[in-house]
Amino acid sequence: MASRLADGGGAMSTPGGHLLEIQEVGKTYGSGAKATHAIGDVSFAVDDREFVCVVGPSGCGKTTLLKCVGGLLRPSRGRVLLRGTPVTSPPEQMALVFQEYGRSLMPWSSVRNNVLLPLRHKRLGRKVRSAMVEEALDAVGLTPFIDHYPWQLSGGMQQRVAIARALAYQPSILLMDEPFASVDAQTRGDLEDLVLRVRDEFEITILFVTHDIDESVYLSDRVVVLTHAPTEVKEIIDVHLPFPRDQIATKELPEFAHLRAHAYRLIKREQVEQEGDPVLAEAGREGA
Amino acid sequence: MTVRSLGALLAPVVVTILSIAAVLVAWELEARAGLISEQDLPAMSTTFSELWSMMHTREFWTAFGETVRGWALGLGIATVLAVPAGILLGSSDFALRAFRVPIEFLRPIPSAALIPLLFLTSGTTLKSEVFLAAFGAFWPLLVQTIYGVRDVDPVVLDTARSFGVGRLERLYRIKLPSAVPYIATGLRISSAVSLILAFTAELFMGTGGLGQIMNVAESFGLTVQVYALALATGCLGLAIYVVFSAIERRALRWHPSQRIGAA
Amino acid sequence: MNRRAYHAAAIAAEIAVPVAILLAWQLWTVRAQDPKFPRLSTILVQFRELWLFSQFELHVVPSLTRIALGFGIALVAGVVIGIPIGLSRWGRIIAMPHIEWWRAMPPPALLPVSIVLLHSIGNRQKVSFIAFFCLFPILLNTIDGVRGIDPTMLDTARSYGVRRFERIRRIVLPAALPQIFAGMRTSLSLAVIMMVLTEYFSSTSGVGYVLLISKNTFQLAPMWAAIVLIGLLGYLLNLLLILIERRVLAWHRGWRTAAAQ
Repeated sequence: MASRLADGGGAMSTPGGHLLEIQEVGKTYGSGAKATHAIGDVSFAVDDREFVCVVGPSGCGKTTLLKCVGGLLRPSRGRVLLRGTPVTSPPEQMALVFQEYGRSLMPWSSVRNNVLLPLRHKRLGRKVRSAMVEEALDAVGLTPFIDHYPWQLSGGMQQRVAIARALAYQPSILLMDEPFASVDAQTRGDLEDLVLRVRDEFEITILFVTHDIDESVYLSDRVVVLTHAPTEVKEIIDVHLPFPRDQIATKELPEFAHLRAHAYRLIKREQVEQEGDPVLAEAGREGA
Repeated sequence: MTVRSLGALLAPVVVTILSIAAVLVAWELEARAGLISEQDLPAMSTTFSELWSMMHTREFWTAFGETVRGWALGLGIATVLAVPAGILLGSSDFALRAFRVPIEFLRPIPSAALIPLLFLTSGTTLKSEVFLAAFGAFWPLLVQTIYGVRDVDPVVLDTARSFGVGRLERLYRIKLPSAVPYIATGLRISSAVSLILAFTAELFMGTGGLGQIMNVAESFGLTVQVYALALATGCLGLAIYVVFSAIERRALRWHPSQRIGAA
Repeated sequence: MNRRAYHAAAIAAEIAVPVAILLAWQLWTVRAQDPKFPRLSTILVQFRELWLFSQFELHVVPSLTRIALGFGIALVAGVVIGIPIGLSRWGRIIAMPHIEWWRAMPPPALLPVSIVLLHSIGNRQKVSFIAFFCLFPILLNTIDGVRGIDPTMLDTARSYGVRRFERIRRIVLPAALPQIFAGMRTSLSLAVIMMVLTEYFSSTSGVGYVLLISKNTFQLAPMWAAIVLIGLLGYLLNLLLILIERRVLAWHRGWRTAAAQ
């Protein structure tokens, strides 16, 4: 069954197709009665230089999905294709940025050496490597802090180090897992604009997971809305907001408000279906 | 429960047992093959049967009892002295600073260096053994108690103060309970140290116990007995370790360090 | 003003208490006239005569060499064995019962065994004995340290295609280093004790040997001088390790402080 599906998928990925294809991916943990179906069946595609956001209710397996895409987890069903080739281990054209910057940056290394980590095993000259690190740090505006330790920087700056590290790796796709969830609102806006800017500068494709609907609409070309676990794609929303985007002007557009409300309704309905009254459910969660 | 999850639960236990069995079998096979002479390393079966027959003698259990007595007295005396001293030093910055240098200097002194002195002053008596064991066991407990008392959440302490809770009551209602996990860790370390030093005293000074009969066996060239006694001592050490780390885990149950994973 | 007075008093106490203890010892030994407790001054004179530096090369150097070799072997072996065990669940299941057994075994119980097994009372037996018992604290701490590594850190490195060996070198090892140092501190103090025990039990050189000989010949002053030297060695080696740790783990202290805020 699985192999037939996979064959069918292979035929679809003709040259000139999508950059990244997620085909009927599912993930189940455990087996038998204790099995949890984290991801039911998710399919969508990402084109070259596209900015795609994935949103969904909390606990819907967004991180699991991203790890499957990044080759860190093996999906139980379906497959992920990068330029038509199945992803089985972390591919070289992909870089991952996690939410927990404090846990993904090495506290024993300087900012420079943190950014250098993914470059060490690439066959590059010392000078080239050094230049790549400096360029990446320059792009995120952290040049003066190159010899600091990450823990000497604020949360937002640490996340910029993580982004610089991803940029230095020169990926064609950047996978970001709720990267701005643990920084304050002001910093968050700055980081969003930073990501939009480096996407143009470095000409990369971004797959961005978030639980923040505003953020997803503001950033992306398309928003993939997921259902509750076992996760499926609820709807894919096309975002035709003009570029360059602006924290104030873009968010004032009626189109923005409309898209945002639409996505909001989809997710709220999802929560009601899952948990009953959302207010009660929220209260219950806080009580726990 | 399904068959598979039962299997997943049992597999580590089975592998652990197999792993231990493999070493014992390797020991036996090695002796049978004669890689190391039987004189130097008796076979597993020989050693175990020697231990088994020793366990049917009164001498063995007398010696065993003496070792346990030396260990228990050493640990007991160390606890009685170290915990109050630790609370005192931990509660007062001034006292801690005054005694910091002597403590820092005495703590790393290898208690083994005191053996000849004890031999000359109190001879081959229980007193020597207990003193050595207590001296060694004192330091880890003292240091852990000081850490524990100093690690009390200042907010809790201030809250109690604002409610007018007295100094003494703060000590046994707040400081002592929060220091308990640290004291339990200290006890686990000290229980091992106390056994090591009780045995050392017996081996080197002849204060009775398993150490002394091992020394005698060694000087008569009774290799099998030496191995059997080492095995017995190891079992005693393991038993003490298992009991005291269980106590430590119990004491640590409510401690924040155990909750980090859940948060 | 009050704070300053308090600080001055604390510093005065920090100096006064040790001095008072030494003074009390001297006064008591002068009054007691007990040959087993020679005067502090006699011990210090003896200490200088023996260790600075007439007997230094003959007895202190062999002892230090044994500690250094035994400890060094234990450190390398503990880290090299501990990392793969810490990284693998089945490795831990297989290895832990054996490690727990040897960790719980009182070292002196194996002293006679080590002599029988190695046919030696020389450096081979001493160094192996020290190395064997120093191994377990380092090994256990390495395993714990490796287990405690944040999976996010390893996932990040994996997603950047960092190879296994590089991941161990750049991430696993530095992340486990604070724990490894904790094990090293335990092991180093054990090493000094093991050195004294093995030399005291059977040997022809070393500080432990001096201890034994002076005990057997009732020479109390050299015996006390040896005790003081061993205490000093324990203290200085510990201090050395702490200084190295401060340097190597400077990032760790900064990181912990930053995390606490």
